[in-house]
Amino acid sequence: MNEKGRFDVFGGQYVPETVMTAVHELEEAYDRYKDDAAFKEELAKLYCDYANRPSLLYYAEKMTKDLGGAKIYIKREDLNHTGAHKINNCLGQVLLAKKMGKKRIIAETGAGQHGVATATVCALLGLDCEIYMGSTDMERQSLNVFRMNLLGAKVKGVDSGTATLKDAINEAFRDWVSNIDTTFYCIGSVMGPHPYPTMVRDFQKIIGEEIKAQLKEKEGRLPDCVVACVGGGSNAMGAFYDFIEDKDVELIGAEAAGRGVDTPDNAATMALGTMAIFHGMKSLFLQDKYGQIAPVYSISAGLDYPGVGPEHAYLKTTGRAKYVSVTDDQAVEAFEYLSKTEGIIPAIESSHAVWAAMEQAKKMTKDQILVINLSGRGDKDVYQVARYKGVELDEQ
Amino acid sequence: MSNRIDSCFAALAKQNKKALITFITAGDPDLESSEKNVLAMLDNGADIVEIGVPFSDPIAEGPTIQKASLRALEGGVNLDKIFKMVSSLRKKTDKPLLLMMYLNTIFRYGTEKFFKLCKEHQIDGVIVPDMPFEERDEVKAEADKNGIYNIFLVAPTSKERVKMISDEAKGFLYVVSSLGVTGARKEISTDFSDLLSPIRDHQKVPACIGFGISGPAQARTMSQFADGVIIGSAIVSLSEKHGKDAHKYIGEFVRNVREALDA
Repeated sequence: MNEKGRFDVFGGQYVPETVMTAVHELEEAYDRYKDDAAFKEELAKLYCDYANRPSLLYYAEKMTKDLGGAKIYIKREDLNHTGAHKINNCLGQVLLAKKMGKKRIIAETGAGQHGVATATVCALLGLDCEIYMGSTDMERQSLNVFRMNLLGAKVKGVDSGTATLKDAINEAFRDWVSNIDTTFYCIGSVMGPHPYPTMVRDFQKIIGEEIKAQLKEKEGRLPDCVVACVGGGSNAMGAFYDFIEDKDVELIGAEAAGRGVDTPDNAATMALGTMAIFHGMKSLFLQDKYGQIAPVYSISAGLDYPGVGPEHAYLKTTGRAKYVSVTDDQAVEAFEYLSKTEGIIPAIESSHAVWAAMEQAKKMTKDQILVINLSGRGDKDVYQVARYKGVELDEQ
Repeated sequence: MSNRIDSCFAALAKQNKKALITFITAGDPDLESSEKNVLAMLDNGADIVEIGVPFSDPIAEGPTIQKASLRALEGGVNLDKIFKMVSSLRKKTDKPLLLMMYLNTIFRYGTEKFFKLCKEHQIDGVIVPDMPFEERDEVKAEADKNGIYNIFLVAPTSKERVKMISDEAKGFLYVVSSLGVTGARKEISTDFSDLLSPIRDHQKVPACIGFGISGPAQARTMSQFADGVIIGSAIVSLSEKHGKDAHKYIGEFVRNVREALDA
């Protein structure tokens, strides 16, 4: 087995020959710049001055009292510039692309948050930007499409397959194969061929590092539990990574169960997935007995992906992290709960983590601490949730 | 263990002829038609046929083969049914038959079982576009054990990788003509003498050019750089256009390419 970029058996570099040179070029560039003092300083400055890092660690006192269990802290990645954790990764990758002399950035997007973050950084650093987005997602996230256009990016609709995130990734891969010399593919999650899962995790691990430092300052200790939502898994990997060696910290990923894991309409890779080789990596995927990748469903466009990053597959099989499935109904309930209780409207993706955290906190004692990684803000989801609840809004 | 691919190229070399390798997507629009299409190609001058196993997410394919895969999957085709078609074909032809497929199809089916069945059904080789040289161990042991060739690809970006890949190549080397996905192209601008020169010095197997070859004239031009040409999307588009009657048109198309290659 090719040992490169493996998390035990998971990971690897399963891409067409045309892309191999580019993947190796990226590996070399990343290896060189990740420890380069000037690069690190430039990125740290962008994180701080542009993206609003460090993000707040907020004590959710009302929620804590209401649930009556663990003390709940919320890591406010929703307060980052562009409203989600995605900007951390985009600043890293696009800055790297610029150092590599690439002129054009492509990316896929599901909910549109990674697309917006990529378009934002490309505007800032002066690179051409094209975003692939499934046409189904363009409908449910039309505001983000307009936002990307405002930022100077071209949004390319993808009609093939299920016209969602998976198909946007297929199309981005096809573009990359065709324009390999000029183009950098800015993958939005801890997935794809090596070095992406490692590189994206490294650009996101600041989340967990900050949680650790901030909680130490506020409480003088580690949390007992960290909860994050998982689609491809970048915000969860970012939140979890610095705690992996702290064996007493429980790590919980919340994936999308859609209409339920016992229905065909879900995206519950961790509950129902099996090992597959797809999108450049060996990991867990939803697939049929002949290896056809399954169509998936979730109310959340950002979790609507049939697989998961290889490091999560590894954390699951080793038992270091636990994964739970949260339905649309539960996510919407958590969406409303956090809005009403704390005055924070969470992204529908993050609402899955909020639900899992609510369930978990109730089982914990008052002297324990739970941290929710609130990966994004929910303004983009207001129409979708209204529609889900059968409320007609004039504006749409 | 002798492989039909080797004897096929040996015979072509003796006759000083170029190889014509053609492709169809199995099950587009149904397996009966696919069988007729394969036979029409072989009867009209194709030396080797690649049978495409449809995959839900074929990332290396352009729109033509993407749509064909979708049509085939909607018709309910799967690997077991394709093996049955191969059995039926084997009663009618002794020419090399390859499966072109994505790695997950093999992996999910079970690599050991898959190659055992390839041998049983007399498949001669597999082409797996999303499995690069470095990941070849996914299939190597089982493919070798059953005498099935895993055909390697090289691309215009391969450069210093070409020697490493061609050193281990079996059957033939699949030379990807240009950057991008499959699909007929008007022009192919790759400098093949540049791409292929590292192979020429160490060449152990024939090299055949594929991706984007649209018709007889282009096939002839490309064949001058290599030992053979591979045509896929141009044939699949005939299947798209003519459905169950496509075998007549495909036969005619292949005959024209053969004549151009032999002229």
